[in-house]
Amino acid sequence: MTTTTASAQPGERTVGKSSPGTARGPRRRPGRIRRIGLPYLLLLPALLLELLVHLVPMVIGIVMSFKELTQFYIRDWTVAPWTGLDNYSLSVDFDAPVGEALLHSFLVTCAFTVLSVGLCWLIGTAAAICMQDAFRGRGLLRAIFLVPYALPVYAAVITWAFMFQHDNGLVNHVLHDQLGLTDKPSFWLIGDNSFVALLVVSVWKGWPFAFLIVMAGLQNIPKELYEAAALDGAGVWQQIRRITLPSLRPVNQVLVLVLFLWTFNDFNTPFVLFGKAAPEAADLISIHIYQSSFVTWNFGAGSAMSVLLLLFLLLVTGVYLFLTSRSARTPRAARASRERKTADV
Amino acid sequence: MSRSPMAAPRSFLWTRRVFLTLLTGFVLLPVYVMVSSSLKPLQDVSSKFRWLPSELTIRPYIDIWSTVPLAKYFVNSLIVAGAATVCSVVIAVFAAYAVSRYEFRGKRVFSVTVLSTQMFPGILFLLPLFLIYVNIGNATGIALFGSRGGLILTYLTFSLPFSIWMLIGYFDSVPRDLDEAALVDGCGPLRALFKVVVPAAIPGIVAVAVYAFMTAWGEVLFASVMTNDATRTLAVGLQGYSTQNDVYWNQIMAASLVVSVPVVAGFLLLQRYLVAGLTAGAVK
Repeated sequence: MTTTTASAQPGERTVGKSSPGTARGPRRRPGRIRRIGLPYLLLLPALLLELLVHLVPMVIGIVMSFKELTQFYIRDWTVAPWTGLDNYSLSVDFDAPVGEALLHSFLVTCAFTVLSVGLCWLIGTAAAICMQDAFRGRGLLRAIFLVPYALPVYAAVITWAFMFQHDNGLVNHVLHDQLGLTDKPSFWLIGDNSFVALLVVSVWKGWPFAFLIVMAGLQNIPKELYEAAALDGAGVWQQIRRITLPSLRPVNQVLVLVLFLWTFNDFNTPFVLFGKAAPEAADLISIHIYQSSFVTWNFGAGSAMSVLLLLFLLLVTGVYLFLTSRSARTPRAARASRERKTADV
Repeated sequence: MSRSPMAAPRSFLWTRRVFLTLLTGFVLLPVYVMVSSSLKPLQDVSSKFRWLPSELTIRPYIDIWSTVPLAKYFVNSLIVAGAATVCSVVIAVFAAYAVSRYEFRGKRVFSVTVLSTQMFPGILFLLPLFLIYVNIGNATGIALFGSRGGLILTYLTFSLPFSIWMLIGYFDSVPRDLDEAALVDGCGPLRALFKVVVPAAIPGIVAVAVYAFMTAWGEVLFASVMTNDATRTLAVGLQGYSTQNDVYWNQIMAASLVVSVPVVAGFLLLQRYLVAGLTAGAVK
């Protein structure tokens, strides 16, 4: 696509090259000054908006977290009294109800994120590898696989909520009425099962992104590698283990990080599935903060929790980037760990 | 693309067949439920689930427009998602061009900041923006809170950094010689951008626009807090089909289908560009 549009240009280029020396000499100075200012001018709209939608709210959010911001001060948050670190100590006091609930929600989110990202990666990679060779119907299958990704979250998740209904849902109908696997119809949107329900929906919605990215990564693997391996007598399974998976490593590093951040911060899925108050077993952190802020109207505590969440994400991302970039810098270590990894698989 | 033909044993072919079949079932199950339930009468969806409708009816598709003001929500969503997309793409084109083509002080800081805002949870911005809007409203009478403009602005929190990030990757893949030649020919930098770089990067720009539109169309968090009766978007409006006495599941499914069709059709039509854009942005 890029090359076809680009190839139209060279004609113009040769026409314009008529008198390069004379015209450019005297104009050089103002041109250079303009060029130094230009990038900033181009960035100006983005900078202003970034300032408006990111920096200012973030600073205010941090200020808010040091204030006693309850429903009495919603009209003018600036007059709310300072409370120092009270909101933070409240949030991390794991013996008191607020801190205990936050810790619980944090642990639920961690477990949920690890499982969801792992399953999304696994299914996405497996599907991408299965679709690497051409076969009949591959294009159609690919389009079908992208449907969960394309559907608006609320439309897709509300359908899952319908399927998980206790009395009129498909899941109970199949598990209880048709297969007889459960003694009585289970509740999926309340109680312990809600974690499973959330996980299923999250994986259903999330794996196509992994599929897309891995498929793109597979195209960058030179075909000669497979040909050489086949000549050496390596079968498909060995080729996948020795060539495909190791070659995907840089792609996976980005993919896992992005999936982690999206899943950890996901609000839409649990909100549409469960509503404003998620069941305890599926109380993800973003819903938890939303509830502490907009349902109980304690914005100060909600802000403190948001800031803590951000610090945690920064820490995890920092450590992750440090670990992955270090192994990329030292090829020998990378190769060693890759070999270890393939041995494990 | 294809591996050597002799190398695929039966075990691999069978595993592939079983896995892909199961996966297709998993993916399409909700789609089937959505379509079939939207054609069922209310008593079918309120009692025990049945695979096939007792009678086919298009009644839900007629009723969805009167049970809740779906058309209004549709227009609201269209305006908000459309405006957020246009704003973020236009602004991102300029910013990404600067980062991709020029060396300047603060370039690294800018890129890192843009990249890192990706990881910020939406909830972090929701609380302060909510209070800022309320306060601006109280102080000046400008109703940002509950207005479409306010919602559009909040949607830029996620669409703008993503657009900038992806477009930088895309512009980098456009050969520099092209726009440098245009500059030598006496084009200004802006003309070089619009005559050379933008046309060459159209697939990437389309991808970014599709993505920005999709996320705005599907956004729930900001929409549920920042809208009122007049500005409600589809994400919130769809909840109107459950009343205290009844949940009109057949209408919910019909409405879900109606709001999904434009984005899914657009996505499947433009997915080639989106995949190419994601590759340029995410893989490199």
